[in-house]
Amino acid sequence: MSPPILVNDLSWLIGGPQGSGVDSSANVFARACAAGGLNVFGKREFYSNIMGEHSYFALRAHTNLVRSHIDAVNVLATFEAETLFRHARAVTDDGAIVYDPSLAKTRLSDIPTIEKRLAADLKTYLISHGVGETLDDMLAASKQRGVALVPIPFKELLEQIADEFQVDQLSKISRVVNMLAVGASFGLLGFDFAMMRGSLEEVFRAKAKIVNMNAAGAQKAYALARSLVPDFRYRLEKVAQKEPRLFLTGSQATALGKLYGGMRFQTYYPITPASDESEFLEENEILDLNGHGLVPETGGKEKGASMLVVQTEDEIAAVTMATGAALTGARSATATSGPGFSLMMEGIGWASINEVPLVITLYQRAGPSTGMPTRHEQGDLRFALHAGHGESPRIVLASGDFEECIRDGFLAFNYAERYQMPVIHLVDKALANSYATIAPPDLSDLRIERGALALANNGYSKEDPYKRFDLGNGPVSPRALLGQEGTIFWNTGDEHDEMGHITEDPGLRNAMMEKRFAKLDLAAREIPADVKMNYFGPKDAGTVIVSWGSTKGAVLDALDRLWAEGAKIGYLHMRLINPFPVDGVRKFLAKAKRRIGLEMNFGAQLAGVVREHTGIEMTHFILKYNGRPMSNTELYDALRSVLAGKAEKRTVLTRGA
Amino acid sequence: MKPSDFATEVHNDWCPGCGDFGILRTIQMALAELRMEPHRVTIVSGIGCSAKTIHYVKTYGVHTLHGRALPYATGVKLANPQLKVLCLSGDGDGLGIGGGHFVNAGRRNLDMLYVIHDNGVYGLTKGQAAPTLKLGVQTKSLAHPNINDAVNPIWLALAAGATWVGRGYSYDIKHLVSLLKQGIEHKGYAFLDVLQPCPTYNDINTKEWYGGEDRKETNNGRSLPRVYKLEDEGYDPVVHEPSQLEKKATQALEKALEWGDRIPIGVFFKSEHVPTFEERIMQRVPTYMDSPPALQSIAGPNGEPRTDLTRLIERMTFKGA
Repeated sequence: MSPPILVNDLSWLIGGPQGSGVDSSANVFARACAAGGLNVFGKREFYSNIMGEHSYFALRAHTNLVRSHIDAVNVLATFEAETLFRHARAVTDDGAIVYDPSLAKTRLSDIPTIEKRLAADLKTYLISHGVGETLDDMLAASKQRGVALVPIPFKELLEQIADEFQVDQLSKISRVVNMLAVGASFGLLGFDFAMMRGSLEEVFRAKAKIVNMNAAGAQKAYALARSLVPDFRYRLEKVAQKEPRLFLTGSQATALGKLYGGMRFQTYYPITPASDESEFLEENEILDLNGHGLVPETGGKEKGASMLVVQTEDEIAAVTMATGAALTGARSATATSGPGFSLMMEGIGWASINEVPLVITLYQRAGPSTGMPTRHEQGDLRFALHAGHGESPRIVLASGDFEECIRDGFLAFNYAERYQMPVIHLVDKALANSYATIAPPDLSDLRIERGALALANNGYSKEDPYKRFDLGNGPVSPRALLGQEGTIFWNTGDEHDEMGHITEDPGLRNAMMEKRFAKLDLAAREIPADVKMNYFGPKDAGTVIVSWGSTKGAVLDALDRLWAEGAKIGYLHMRLINPFPVDGVRKFLAKAKRRIGLEMNFGAQLAGVVREHTGIEMTHFILKYNGRPMSNTELYDALRSVLAGKAEKRTVLTRGA
Repeated sequence: MKPSDFATEVHNDWCPGCGDFGILRTIQMALAELRMEPHRVTIVSGIGCSAKTIHYVKTYGVHTLHGRALPYATGVKLANPQLKVLCLSGDGDGLGIGGGHFVNAGRRNLDMLYVIHDNGVYGLTKGQAAPTLKLGVQTKSLAHPNINDAVNPIWLALAAGATWVGRGYSYDIKHLVSLLKQGIEHKGYAFLDVLQPCPTYNDINTKEWYGGEDRKETNNGRSLPRVYKLEDEGYDPVVHEPSQLEKKATQALEKALEWGDRIPIGVFFKSEHVPTFEERIMQRVPTYMDSPPALQSIAGPNGEPRTDLTRLIERMTFKGA
């Protein structure tokens, strides 16, 4: 008896050397699924390399929204040997492998880009299955488990395409192999080929010949795969989605939030994975405006809006240039990753002592030093909290999913201006480089709040001048903008008096320190509870997870399964890390007997911050620091183990290729 | 307007005889002579004695970090190109710790003036050798003669792409005012190196040394100043047409090698054939000068976001059935 058909619940993986077009093939696959009404979540993994090293995309397609990846692969699409060797073991017993039969004799030892440790591991695996070390042997081991093998003669198909389209050299169309692998995958899955064709048109806009060649090749591979495995268990079928879905990456989501929030100036120095956001902004620098507030500022005549993205000479220039821009009143930001952030310390301190509204979007990646530049980590929480010498207030906001990236990208500017201090917006590599379909968020509640502003010529005189750092009216002094008449002020990185001039007076020093930090107290009181943190699950849960950032998707997907099984487990997802919302955290953790600190770092950084502010200790930790984001499946296993009382205090997750 | 309109009441704590006084005075004179409205001017400085200048000038003043005056100033100017921006550094500030920004400012040709207070020492940290102190020179706080050679600011500015390059002397007030005014009015990135004695720590390149008091004429006992003016010798720094670039740049480099008994001051190089950064931005964003980042309205009367992302989001959306 054959197992039941599984419709629209798929984990698909495609890989290949960097620079070979794997990006486009994953994009075409995802867009075809989305066009067919499916929801997708894609995870991108790549080496710090331009060409030749292994990269891959793991993509899930489902009728419902998908928030994270799983470790298992149902269809592995390959067109070269390395991807097959690396990922064949992850293919489920009921899954399939698309491969090139002409590579059958390729030996594991022929592939220099597979690290020695992994090669030894693979060899052990092959030996345990009683086979040799060729690609054929790897396939044989897979077949033993029941995996369907789908040989696609890539070269022959390419030759046919070359003939049909009169291309004289095969090398000119070598990238078509990607789309052959995608076509074969859709053939196996029985998905409507028209979706793929439409997707090719989207991705290769205006290049009709390229679209036609890829489509023709993909269709041949589609038909071949279909005929080879006509009864494949996994299927993709079109779904009639009533609501529109946004298809985007975390970098784009963050950029959208910042644009909507009125950002008009962004600096950056090239760095992985932060640059994607700035490049997206630069591509979209000309902005549309809606009708709000047309009169009287522009006399009713629409001038159009734009933002300026500046590539600087280094991250020191990036943070200082953005600060200079912020002094003029433009909503200004810079975006960077760990090493670049390290260079920004002094500039952050300057912005803090001068009470400048500055947003720093920090895309965390695996550190320290260069670390693993293209891999994931949430290792910079402590760093963001304490960045810079001396004591300088800042707001630290961390996003956990794409909608939060949008909202926090927007809110960061409000908080920066209301409390006149730097806001560090933490995102990370897993968010930045993943893409997914999401329900378009309802942002109608968002309002731009510019905080206290000093108006030009507002009755200031020689005797009673404008004081940028006025100590007389609460911690927030009305902010004047460079260029404004009647409100001349001075800034300095030295301690300053009310006018902004240098002082070393002990009394003034105290007053200014207290003024700056009082703004944090104000922020703690005013920032809404649902921005500070979100709690999921039963209120009286005996076990509560405390986490932050991009683990959110995997946690929620794992919890859906655990809740369905009746587990009483809650999840406190933290977004505002500084000022730390002490009372809220105490409230949610008060009754939990088991408290699990769950983070993508070695030191359980948030757990330490929670303990520092509340005295509450975690009873368990689930941590991961191998550079690969948590899958919801490994998380599910780890959480079950904690719930069953079988887990050690500290569980380290290790999955991911 | 008078120079005193640009003065503040902040107590000035420079050493008596400091060359900074001349630079401060000439900035106030130049702004007055150009009839600048104080609030339309922003002066940005780095760290060190030179950086304190902004506190003594009644315009918007931004005293920043060591070496970082240029990127702060660049941010101000880019976000609001309608402002007049002056940037001040010391030679350690601008050519040592801030050397990278010095080079990259030249690549942009943003319309502003950058002034380096050039005295060869780190004054505020008590006299260490700075990037313009020559090899083998031993100023009074140094344990040994300077082991590093000096960078040539004029050469470096030209190599980086500054389109106006000048040098002044802080004790020649009239001449320095004229240079500051030319630098401010130059369309593009102007760099002005100002030779300035540090009476406390540079006991070699003193006011007396620049004035040539050690080499008096034998017949009348008058000093033979080391500093001379390029314009007095018929030097023409202007690239009148693009084909003259090589000749004019070469001439400036040659002049900038002179040191010791004859030190040229004046304008070394001027070209208005290089598009400014503002013009380059206008190629991409035609509304930039009228609606720069600082002057755009981003919210409606009740804080409604004005940025309309509809078209952008449509491109990223799969429509419902």
